[in-house]
Amino acid sequence: MALLNVTSPHVHKPGNTGAFMREVIYATVPGVAIMTYFFGFATLINIALACAIAVGCEAAVLKLRHKPIAFYLRDYSAVVTALLLAIAIPPTAPWWLTLVGTSFAIVVAKHLYGGLGMNPFNPAMIGYVLLLISFPKDMTTWLPAAGVNETTSALNPWQSLQMIFTGHISGVDAFSGATPLDTFKTYAGQPAVLDANPILNGAMAGYGWEWVNVAFLLGGIYLIWRKIISWHIPVGMLAGLFFLSGFFNTAVDADNYASILFHLFSGGTMLGAFFIATDPVTAATSNKGKIIYGALIGVLVYVIRTWGGYPDAVAFAVLLMNLAAPTIDYYTQPRTYGHKKPNKGLAKPD
Amino acid sequence: MDLLANNIGAVSALVVMALVFGAILGFAAVKFHVEGNPIVEQIDDLLPQTQCGQCGHPGCRPYAEGMAAGEDINKCVPGGEDTIRALADLLGREFVPLDAEYGAEKEHKMVAYIREAECIGCTKCLQACPVDAILGAAKQMHTVMVDECTGCDLCVEPCPVDCIDMLPVKTTQQTWTWQPPAGIGARPGDLIPVRNIA
Amino acid sequence: MSRRIWDIPGGIHPPENKQQSSRNAIRPAAIPAHLVVPVQQHIGAPAKPLVQVGDRVLKGQKIGEATGFVSLPVHAPTSGVVEAIEQHAVQHPSQIDSLCITIKTDGEDRWTERQPLADYREHTKKEVLECIRNAGIAGMGGAGFPTVVKLGVKADAQIEQLILNAVECEPYITADDRLIQERADEVVAGLQIMAWLVEPKEILIGIEDNKPQAIEALRNACAGLSKENGTNIDVLVVPTKYPSGGEKQLIQILTGKEVRSGGLPADVGVICQNTGTAYAVKRAIIDGEPLISRITTLTGDAIEQKGNYEVLLGTPVADLLQQAGLQKDKLHRLVMGGPMMGFTIHDPGVPVVKTTNCLLVATEQEFPDPAPEQPCIRCASCAQACPVNLLPQQLYWFAKAKEFGKAEHFNLFDCIECGACSYVCPSSIPLVQYYRFAKGAIRQQQQEVHKADRARERFEARKARIEREEQEKELKRQERAKAAAAKQAAKKEAPATTTSTATAPSANSGAAPAAPAATDAAPVADELAKLQTAAASTLKRYKDAQKALETAERSGSEHIDALRAKVEQLKTKADAAKDAFLAAKAAEKSAPESSVAEATATASHSDDPMEALKQSSAADFNAYKEAEAALAAAEAAGNAAEVETLRVRVTELKARSDASKAAMKEARAKQKEDIQAKNAGHDPVKAAKLEVAKTGVLLKKARKALEAAQASGEGDIAALTAAAQEAEAAAASAEDAVKKLEGVQ
Repeated sequence: MALLNVTSPHVHKPGNTGAFMREVIYATVPGVAIMTYFFGFATLINIALACAIAVGCEAAVLKLRHKPIAFYLRDYSAVVTALLLAIAIPPTAPWWLTLVGTSFAIVVAKHLYGGLGMNPFNPAMIGYVLLLISFPKDMTTWLPAAGVNETTSALNPWQSLQMIFTGHISGVDAFSGATPLDTFKTYAGQPAVLDANPILNGAMAGYGWEWVNVAFLLGGIYLIWRKIISWHIPVGMLAGLFFLSGFFNTAVDADNYASILFHLFSGGTMLGAFFIATDPVTAATSNKGKIIYGALIGVLVYVIRTWGGYPDAVAFAVLLMNLAAPTIDYYTQPRTYGHKKPNKGLAKPD
Repeated sequence: MDLLANNIGAVSALVVMALVFGAILGFAAVKFHVEGNPIVEQIDDLLPQTQCGQCGHPGCRPYAEGMAAGEDINKCVPGGEDTIRALADLLGREFVPLDAEYGAEKEHKMVAYIREAECIGCTKCLQACPVDAILGAAKQMHTVMVDECTGCDLCVEPCPVDCIDMLPVKTTQQTWTWQPPAGIGARPGDLIPVRNIA
Repeated sequence: MSRRIWDIPGGIHPPENKQQSSRNAIRPAAIPAHLVVPVQQHIGAPAKPLVQVGDRVLKGQKIGEATGFVSLPVHAPTSGVVEAIEQHAVQHPSQIDSLCITIKTDGEDRWTERQPLADYREHTKKEVLECIRNAGIAGMGGAGFPTVVKLGVKADAQIEQLILNAVECEPYITADDRLIQERADEVVAGLQIMAWLVEPKEILIGIEDNKPQAIEALRNACAGLSKENGTNIDVLVVPTKYPSGGEKQLIQILTGKEVRSGGLPADVGVICQNTGTAYAVKRAIIDGEPLISRITTLTGDAIEQKGNYEVLLGTPVADLLQQAGLQKDKLHRLVMGGPMMGFTIHDPGVPVVKTTNCLLVATEQEFPDPAPEQPCIRCASCAQACPVNLLPQQLYWFAKAKEFGKAEHFNLFDCIECGACSYVCPSSIPLVQYYRFAKGAIRQQQQEVHKADRARERFEARKARIEREEQEKELKRQERAKAAAAKQAAKKEAPATTTSTATAPSANSGAAPAAPAATDAAPVADELAKLQTAAASTLKRYKDAQKALETAERSGSEHIDALRAKVEQLKTKADAAKDAFLAAKAAEKSAPESSVAEATATASHSDDPMEALKQSSAADFNAYKEAEAALAAAEAAGNAAEVETLRVRVTELKARSDASKAAMKEARAKQKEDIQAKNAGHDPVKAAKLEVAKTGVLLKKARKALEAAQASGEGDIAALTAAAQEAEAAAASAEDAVKKLEGVQ
């Protein structure tokens, strides 16, 4: 007869980190479905490929680090990283791009910093940025969304595989298109050209892309409802983007600066706001800090999109704010019960 | 000459900047001057103050002075690795393991205990105690003030009848603390056999 | 209800699981065969047992007395015989035993005389408070802080709110709920007594909205009271949320005030008391019953009869479980207290105490083993759940890395260990254990720092003391040197007698140079070196003379006395020479070399026991001489019988004399050793103490000899007695010397 000797509390809310991560995966389902609709099965193939690579890398590194592999794989964090990276890169990106990005994200950005919970930067975004600056052409080549004109339709599974593993589809000329953000950046200030572009014509934020963003917004709301993430970061980020784009679009110049809706619903805005910026490991933790963190991401996204060299900016904005997160945390500590003022900084104020 | 004349603006700007920043730095140095605790004090604060002399110095402060003058930081046996780490931190030196020459780190904190029936009242331990933690008079039984004893061992050797034992400090309900959990991957808690069940 | 209620940050809603135990009425638990009453059931100093093993005790009799202000007495929960007062397993997570009084019950349950203060309003507050203290009432919510300390408000402090904490927010526990449902009037009466004591502006009762029947009962009781004497008590219903029942949390909810970090509720004009405490106060004041029983919830799937029991304090948990129908094979975790803050107990022999509000007898299905700890993903769920707005994820990090300074800076000590963070943590990190560990380690560190500071202080005080002693000794020694110089000057006037008495041939070598040494030693020359040589040579001569004396003694020379005087004189001279040298040196160099100073000091100090030894030796010798003279006289008178006895005595005495001489020699050798030891930097006191030890040995020897003589009836008992007395005197003088030295200290 033996009794368990353990410290209180003796009850625990159901769930664990794995369940937490699985919820995130479920929440991407609408977004992934819409992407598959617009960009074809390449999206799914890419995701499957990335996940397989990520799990393989994770297992290998865990083995090298003499850690229990099954125990760590059960937390699904590698899958989430791979999933987000695969969603972020063009679906038809060649297989080696996915391989390089994912393995770099898992091995370097995550495990070299000590594994889950220790990495200062969002691994998926590190992988993404590595690819973006190393292979800019491949990374900015998106298929035009299916249905944008009569000639484009989503790739079927066989075409997708061909595209990913050989780089071209037999019998079809290679075709590619720019994203709405890219298009706007190229032709900003020329409303006539922009209006004529089928991607932007008649859509609030680019054909296809706006629906992808709506789907991720839905997924994000699901996460908030499930209390997986708090509202602070997404709201902060969207608000930052909203106010800045609103100011420049209405008060400065509507032709050169895109509309609020365009900014909110194109590119990776919603994915970034609800799935990437909210990565708990690398974000600020206090509520006030989360709002500041999110808002600054929003500001950076706008600044880089508008004046920077890249069409989209979620990855850069998130990574830059990852750097700032600890500092934000130190200066936004909540006021503890029974204290007059909140703590500031790390050191004792002498 | 031309060179100087052409760049007179840049040179003067640099000079002015140098002066201004120099003045600011100088002002800051005076204004925000922090009265540093002398290094010996800081070192002494890190030492366990057992005054045991195992480091070869007659007390902790002399050793602190020694270290301030460049002596090795790995001679403090009662302080152990933690103290060496703190010293390495403070003095910006490499961590070195405890020098075995000075003794091995003890697992438990010790306290001297006099077997009072055997004490002959020779007062030798009284004189050996660096912190006057032994009470007694000639031909009177001596006893250790447990709260003041630093566990330095110095009283053991002089005792002519070997009636002083160094005992590990006993954990009481008041001094007991929770142990840290085993860490990631480990299940918290342990199964304990029950002593007597109904 | 127009009164405003505030909210607390964070909080959780764990499954309540209260129905299992709240449906049944309170049942009295049977009196067990043995009661184990720990002397410490409260925060503060443990009580001191008042009874002895074998004493008969009556129910309610005080068996342990409070030992301080923050301390409480304990009482016998029923009548019986004290069986043991010993260490026993108790309710402490450390599993360390503590002192308990075990009572073998007699089943009669006979009360001692009760002294109620039913008309408490006629008494002074002090008397009523004393009554509460004597009843041993501690906060019964879980912490066990002496109630009297909380109620003893300072005269100048105005209490604005007196709060009765009936929240009972922990899952499973229904002790207060049931108590209120069944005995609301008594609870309110207790509250009224406390209100009379602290005179608050308003009296509030906080209760969670998941106890409708208890709320109803309280409202009725309060309404009755209001009709009766106009006392107005507000029953405030608060939303169910854990941990609303924490003292600080309830104060925040009901008044919006926050208790300053590290402060007490009374600082903000609030006193908060538990329901069970109010009930106990009523029983103590109105009925005169000390706190000897309490309502405890027994719940969990491993027992059959879940419910609330009125349990005598000291009842072993095992007895209680048996009554409630324990299913042994199902039991997996035994928790005293609630599921959020209770602690596991390791031994069912642990007794129920004043703070035991619940016993959770859980199966493995009910409380599954905790999941293995996963890495923290900084999801901040814990921060959202924290009722005091801490950053648990940071505290975890710091505790794990043992960065305790940072943990403290992040207000670790404001953590109330409610367990909300651990409850919500998706990574199953035992956060509370980390905080408890960090708190304990910080407290230990603080204690160590405190101890180190004390050690440093004591060490420095000791150093200062030794230095001061040295200085004082130095002063004394200088005075003595002056006196010696004066004496020497006086002696010098008659040098002829000194030298001419030294006639023993063996003494010549020592005696002859003695005179020049004396002149050498005279402080005429001011050169240090000269003085030093002088001192050294006098010392040498003194030693030579001593040796001569020894040989003379051994050979039984007639002129021993003269030689001795000579040695004496030489010694004084040697001292004087040394002193002179030292004084000169001191004059030249303000700080004289310590070794020399010490050596001289020792030399002069150890004189006394040496002197005594010499005296005893001399006395022995005299006795021997006298006996010899008597023998000669007897021989001359021709008394044959007397001659025989006298002869025996003479031989005996000679042996004695020799022995004491040998002792003296031994002592002298030791003295020399000591001088050497002193030169190596030792303590004069030590030497003196050694002398004491040695004279003690001599004394013992003398006494033994005397005893042996007395036993056998042989030998000269009178002489032996004298010898023993002499030895005693020697020992005494040696001790005097030590005392003198220590007196200087």
